[in-house]
Amino acid sequence: MTIAIDRRQFLKASAAAGGALALEFSFPAAAAFGNADAGPEVTHWIVIHPDDRVVIRIARSEMGQGSMTGLAQLVAEELGCDWHKVSTEFASPNEHVRRKRIWGSMSTGGSAAIRTSEDYLRKSGAAARMMLVSTAADEWKVPVAECTAANGVVTHGPSKRRTSYGKLAARAGKMEAPKDVPLKDAKDWTIAGQSVARLDIPDKVRGKPVFGVDVQLPGMLMASIVQCPVFLGKVKSVDSSEAEKMRGVKGIVKEDDFVAVVADNWWRANQAAKKLKIDWDTGKYADASSETIAAMFRESLDAKDLASARKMGDTPAALASAAKVLEAEYDSPYLNHAQMEPNNCTAWFKTDGTLEVWTSTQNAEASLATAAETSDLPLEKVEVHKPLLGGGFGRRGAAQDYVKQGVLIAKRFPGKPVKMIWSREEDIQHGFYRPASLVRMKAGLDAQGNLVALQSTIACPSILALLRPEAIKNGIDFSAVRTFNDAPYTIPNQQCDYAMRNGHVPVGFWRAPGLQNAYYRECFLDEVAHAVGKDPVEFRLAMLKPGDKNRGVLEAVAKASGWGSPLPAGVFRGVAVSDGFGSYTAMVAEVSVKENAVQVHRIVFAIDSGYVVNPDACRAQAEGNVAFNLGQLFQANTVKDGRIVQSNFHDFPLTKLPSMPKVETVLVPTGGFWGGHGEPGALCLVPSVLNAVFAATGKRVRSLPMKELELKA
Amino acid sequence: MTTLNVNGRVHSVDVEPDMPLLWVLRDELKMEGTKYGCGIGVCGACTVLVDGEPVRSCSTPVSAFAGKKITTIEGLAKPGLTKVQMAWIEHAVPQCGYCQTGMIMSATALLAKNPKPSDADIDAAVTNLCRCGTYARVRQAIHAAAGEHVAAAPAPALAPNGQKV
Repeated sequence: MTIAIDRRQFLKASAAAGGALALEFSFPAAAAFGNADAGPEVTHWIVIHPDDRVVIRIARSEMGQGSMTGLAQLVAEELGCDWHKVSTEFASPNEHVRRKRIWGSMSTGGSAAIRTSEDYLRKSGAAARMMLVSTAADEWKVPVAECTAANGVVTHGPSKRRTSYGKLAARAGKMEAPKDVPLKDAKDWTIAGQSVARLDIPDKVRGKPVFGVDVQLPGMLMASIVQCPVFLGKVKSVDSSEAEKMRGVKGIVKEDDFVAVVADNWWRANQAAKKLKIDWDTGKYADASSETIAAMFRESLDAKDLASARKMGDTPAALASAAKVLEAEYDSPYLNHAQMEPNNCTAWFKTDGTLEVWTSTQNAEASLATAAETSDLPLEKVEVHKPLLGGGFGRRGAAQDYVKQGVLIAKRFPGKPVKMIWSREEDIQHGFYRPASLVRMKAGLDAQGNLVALQSTIACPSILALLRPEAIKNGIDFSAVRTFNDAPYTIPNQQCDYAMRNGHVPVGFWRAPGLQNAYYRECFLDEVAHAVGKDPVEFRLAMLKPGDKNRGVLEAVAKASGWGSPLPAGVFRGVAVSDGFGSYTAMVAEVSVKENAVQVHRIVFAIDSGYVVNPDACRAQAEGNVAFNLGQLFQANTVKDGRIVQSNFHDFPLTKLPSMPKVETVLVPTGGFWGGHGEPGALCLVPSVLNAVFAATGKRVRSLPMKELELKA
Repeated sequence: MTTLNVNGRVHSVDVEPDMPLLWVLRDELKMEGTKYGCGIGVCGACTVLVDGEPVRSCSTPVSAFAGKKITTIEGLAKPGLTKVQMAWIEHAVPQCGYCQTGMIMSATALLAKNPKPSDADIDAAVTNLCRCGTYARVRQAIHAAAGEHVAAAPAPALAPNGQKV
């Protein structure tokens, strides 16, 4: 991406792209239909300019997780270029279509940007380096083996001749890329593995316009949208006479399930939208409530149609013969992503029959497909520009509802760009929520206090049923049963059954999908450890095989936190361990509770992600996960009359600064695999804090949000 | 016509008196560093300085700003960066960055009044919301901008895979 592209260079690039809009079009992402910073491609990931500037193409989205920088570090490491000359640009989704998906997946979720592309990116960097060296050797008529490359320069050892990548790139790019490409060992990295400064930060502290909502285009109109408050409801009729008379209003767009006002200023559009008199067909879910949904979950725990997610040994028999059986039920609510930048989509049906879209998306290919389908245009006639995202957390990936809406609205204004921005109220009430769920767990203990059986029955809506039905296997949605169906503990009898109960509230991939199960499992195991009088760390270690990476992080976090050592008066510890998103994590929370106010003082977090590409960015993700997930202690989206009750940050509050504890991140990569960082840090926050709350108060919090306690703020 | 002094420049805008300043800045003056987050003055993404005081521009009508000096993120430092912005870069505070311009305006206002704020002072003054959870670094960067020594990242340690992290 070329956030810092200078104006002269930008105008040139836009003109090269046939841009009649160059003078007014000031949005700095890729210019129309192709990458802005055109120059010689050495490989499809790497452009090197004659002045030695290196542009590394990024296929995934940047939403604050820092992988735009991390991905570039991996390429630059193998390329052997000068990091100070590196910038990035997003690969053009339209060009991606035309070049037969040459940049691979553009999807950005599952903490997967780095771990699922590191191999082909590093190989591309290494291949480019080999091509540059070969080109230099050929020019000098010397053996390739006598030449080395470092810091953007190729050197011929015997003659000490030197030349820079920029002088070689155009010729090197014409070579066939080598197939056999050795990669560096992580311990030899000098760019990857370092806490280099994130490339996106300088513009962000200056308030440069880089987000989807910041798109500016000539003659642009603004739109605000009203959707049926009851999910799946439809517009019956709309009286827009009052709205139409308001200043700046250019038109009303009525669709099947929403109405939009288009005006010359977003506030005017939104004020007019409030004056729409819409008669909704609220459909058959107008009576649904949190109570009816909870009853549906409860009933399902004893249903006969459950899908089996794990069956090891004979759990019912082991429970029947156990010396002691513990049983508990836990539940948690729907939760909105509430990313700070509301959903938005700018669409422009051009007079040449093409469509351009600017949207904050976690999956530009999905946005492109949605825009093409909605507009009835072939993929080749559509371009999606990728600004930076003001947060994503899973809201902007699989569900492309806002792109469909933006395109439908702009279609009524051919030749004019229209920027649709959701109000915060629309955002809170029209999410794809973290599923609410209920779980019943039973633990069977033998006479020595060993855990011999663990049974879990999970009632939870299926994200996949709504967003990726083809991925459901044997009635199982992996995101609803994870942490139970793949628990690492050596408990001989394990059974996990899944009741898919979907309801009408849309559910989606919310940062670390399935993370509620880590809360359930790790808090229940704490109950079991307490019941048999065992130390929670020792109790878990006894059930983790030697060599299990969960064991490694648990030992690391126990050591770093000083587990077992004295604490200040009134402060108590809790621990949890969980793997997910390719990584292994464990956390210790230090908590005090005074007058029902929970204060989290310190979080120690250990993570084994195999490798670490940018230690500081990984620490930032750990810190962010702590703040994000402290919110789970007090947040809920509840349902009444078929709709979400909450509507803005006054009744769906976020974690605030005073609640933020000290966070210490212990990076213990063991190598041999690649794990993520965006989500793993989410898994253990709630259970470690609530286990500490139990240690402090003797009370188990088995239902979220907390009812008798509050988070100190 | 309403006359506004933004970043030392006088602008005349033909808008309704009840239009919030935020939308005058964003959609009329095309200054988009100031963000919309909630529209009800809770999240603080829209924070600007008015005669040095932090104000939620999303819920304050433009008519309230006559004769006042408005500073937005675009006008904070020209050219270069303020101490607060430099500390923000040094401590890699932003993640997605959307709330950060508002955060920086709140921090700037705090430090102007209270050059050496305590953690409690920061807690009380910086009421902006951040969904990415940058709060720990917001605190660090404010202390750093106040000239205090703020512990840098932990010293690199040898990891089991041979990396120094």
